[in-house]
Amino acid sequence: MMTTTLNETSTLVYERPHSLAACNTNYCPGCTHGVAHRLLAEAIDELGLRERTILVAPVGCSVFAYKYFNMDGCEAAHGRAPAMATGVKRVQPDKMVITYQGDGDLASIGMAEIVHAAARGENITTIFVNNAIYGMTGGQMAPTSLPGQKTTSSPFGRDTILTGYPVRMSELLSTLDGATYIVRRSLHDIANIRKAKKAILTALKVQMNGMGFSMVELLSSCPTNWGLEPVEALHWIENNMIPAFPLGDYKVIEEVRSL
Amino acid sequence: MAKEMLKGNIAIAEAAVRAGVEAYFGYPITPQTELLEHMSRRMVELQRVFLQAESEVAAINMVYGAACTGVRVMTSSSSPGFSLMQEGLSYIAGSDLPCVVVDVMRGGPGLGNILPSQGDYFQITRSAGHGDYHPIVLAPSSVQEAIDLTTLAFDLADQYRHIVIVAADGLIGQMMEPAELPPMQSVRTNRPDWALTGADGRQPNSIASFYLKAEEEEAFNQKIQNRLHEIRDAEQRFIEYYTDDCELLVVGYGSAGRIALSAVETARDNGMKVGLFRPLTLWPFPEKRLSELTDMVGACLVVEMSAGQMIEDVRLATGGQIPVGFYGRMGGVIPMPDEILQAITTHCRQLKHCEGAFTPLERVNS
Ligand SMILES: Cc1ncc(C[n+]2csc(CCOP(=O)(O)OP(=O)(O)O)c2C)c(N)n1
Ligand code: SF4
Repeated sequence: MMTTTLNETSTLVYERPHSLAACNTNYCPGCTHGVAHRLLAEAIDELGLRERTILVAPVGCSVFAYKYFNMDGCEAAHGRAPAMATGVKRVQPDKMVITYQGDGDLASIGMAEIVHAAARGENITTIFVNNAIYGMTGGQMAPTSLPGQKTTSSPFGRDTILTGYPVRMSELLSTLDGATYIVRRSLHDIANIRKAKKAILTALKVQMNGMGFSMVELLSSCPTNWGLEPVEALHWIENNMIPAFPLGDYKVIEEVRSL
Repeated sequence: MAKEMLKGNIAIAEAAVRAGVEAYFGYPITPQTELLEHMSRRMVELQRVFLQAESEVAAINMVYGAACTGVRVMTSSSSPGFSLMQEGLSYIAGSDLPCVVVDVMRGGPGLGNILPSQGDYFQITRSAGHGDYHPIVLAPSSVQEAIDLTTLAFDLADQYRHIVIVAADGLIGQMMEPAELPPMQSVRTNRPDWALTGADGRQPNSIASFYLKAEEEEAFNQKIQNRLHEIRDAEQRFIEYYTDDCELLVVGYGSAGRIALSAVETARDNGMKVGLFRPLTLWPFPEKRLSELTDMVGACLVVEMSAGQMIEDVRLATGGQIPVGFYGRMGGVIPMPDEILQAITTHCRQLKHCEGAFTPLERVNS
């Protein structure tokens, strides 16, 4: 963070990143979508990319992300952000193109689009916010919901006999040759938030260097639909989500290591 | 430029290339595939964008993304693939973006078959996706017209910031005939001020089809409706044949219109007062001229390669003032001139001044 001297007696130590728009968001208190936004905006600022970045927002709670960032942006159909981003990127390969997607968007309705964008090695970056639930529509089961997890469409808890098992997207996409940087991080505490920021910086550098598809999966909270207090929700990430979605680097090609 | 033997699909592709299309996204499907294959070679040669998408759903959303950047962009498909594009088309319409889509229609519903059909008329002209809008729809009846209308499609798309669909059928896509391609236009280098090119030295641009408040969504819809009004006023296109003195007016578009013309010409040779009205724009439907003609003729006969879809627009345009008959074949069956001639004869017989009711076909039959 930049430190600006305001006058002799006070010093600014914390401010809104230039890449975030000066507006209120629709996120619930304690929701980590806001943290994810800030990390992405800080990373874009630090790399000086704002003026040449196009953000593709999803359908989900972050549907207004194209307004929350102070840069060019658009809003894709549910799950189609990687296809839309492909269209933007192919005609403007010198621009930075980022998709920001939830787990219903990316791992359910948009499964085909994300898999093929990764398989093509599309030179875009995806920020994947995994909160194990459909936030925007009021807390239905997502493909990432945990076995036994109660949601408004699995009121007795997710029954794996009927609905199968959580999809682990980072593991799945890391099997594709076109994917060059795939990592999973968590937003449940400060140390992990710092690691998430570092990963976002790396993912953007991967794209800047034309190295192919990069994705940072962020384990994120939905206190509202999990029915938990914000702090409890952070503990829920740590205690329940991380065992099901282990943090780590799933694909880091050699060239990325030397970035 | 001289005439050359060209296959419809390839002629459409090359016409798009010459109209300065900068990006093409598509997915193989018969009877359209040659279009995609031509693009896979030409676009790469010209260092433009060609990408075979993983599905038509992805292809149209790639078109959506490319359209956001202000370039000329297109996709093409055939009926089942066109169905999959409805979502993306609706978002493109909801974002006020221009693009060109080619539908080389085939037999349906379902997987149907790969034979020529006009069964997508409702789907294409009514909205081609959810919500209150119509794309502009152009219907060629020859390879030459396919070229000319593809060129026009890009101009109209840009002029109105609107979706333009070239509605061909499998016959147009697959047949070869002599036609002349236009000269190569250079690709535009400037981008419109709304394009997503990065907010460098300007306020950020955003493109979305999302209005949470009812009043805002209604205001946006009103903007679409105003534009559609303008298009309806300015862009109704058609060709008419033998309408000076006709009693029976045959109405048909695309291949059906072309086949109907042979039947109309034979009927004329037999002394029947028959004319042909062939819409070039299916939306806006050329209702103004058809409504004028309604006052001059005794009846209409609509010919389609479907169970009768355009007939609803003909009924609206003729306002119940004259009888509207129908002859159609479905499922990929192409109506033959003789069959249409017979329908013309039957209809003529019911009209006072149509005359010449004996056709060669009838003589054979009796
Ligand atoms: C085609 C389509 N189907 C369904 C919906 C309804 N819908 C909106 S958001 C959403 C799920 C969003 O969940 P997720 O991607 O996990 O994001 P979150 O809201 O949790 O951030 C659904 C099903 C839609 N808008 N479009
Ligand atoms: S519903 Fe959940 S994901 Fe959506 S803003 Fe609220 S807390 Fe965040």
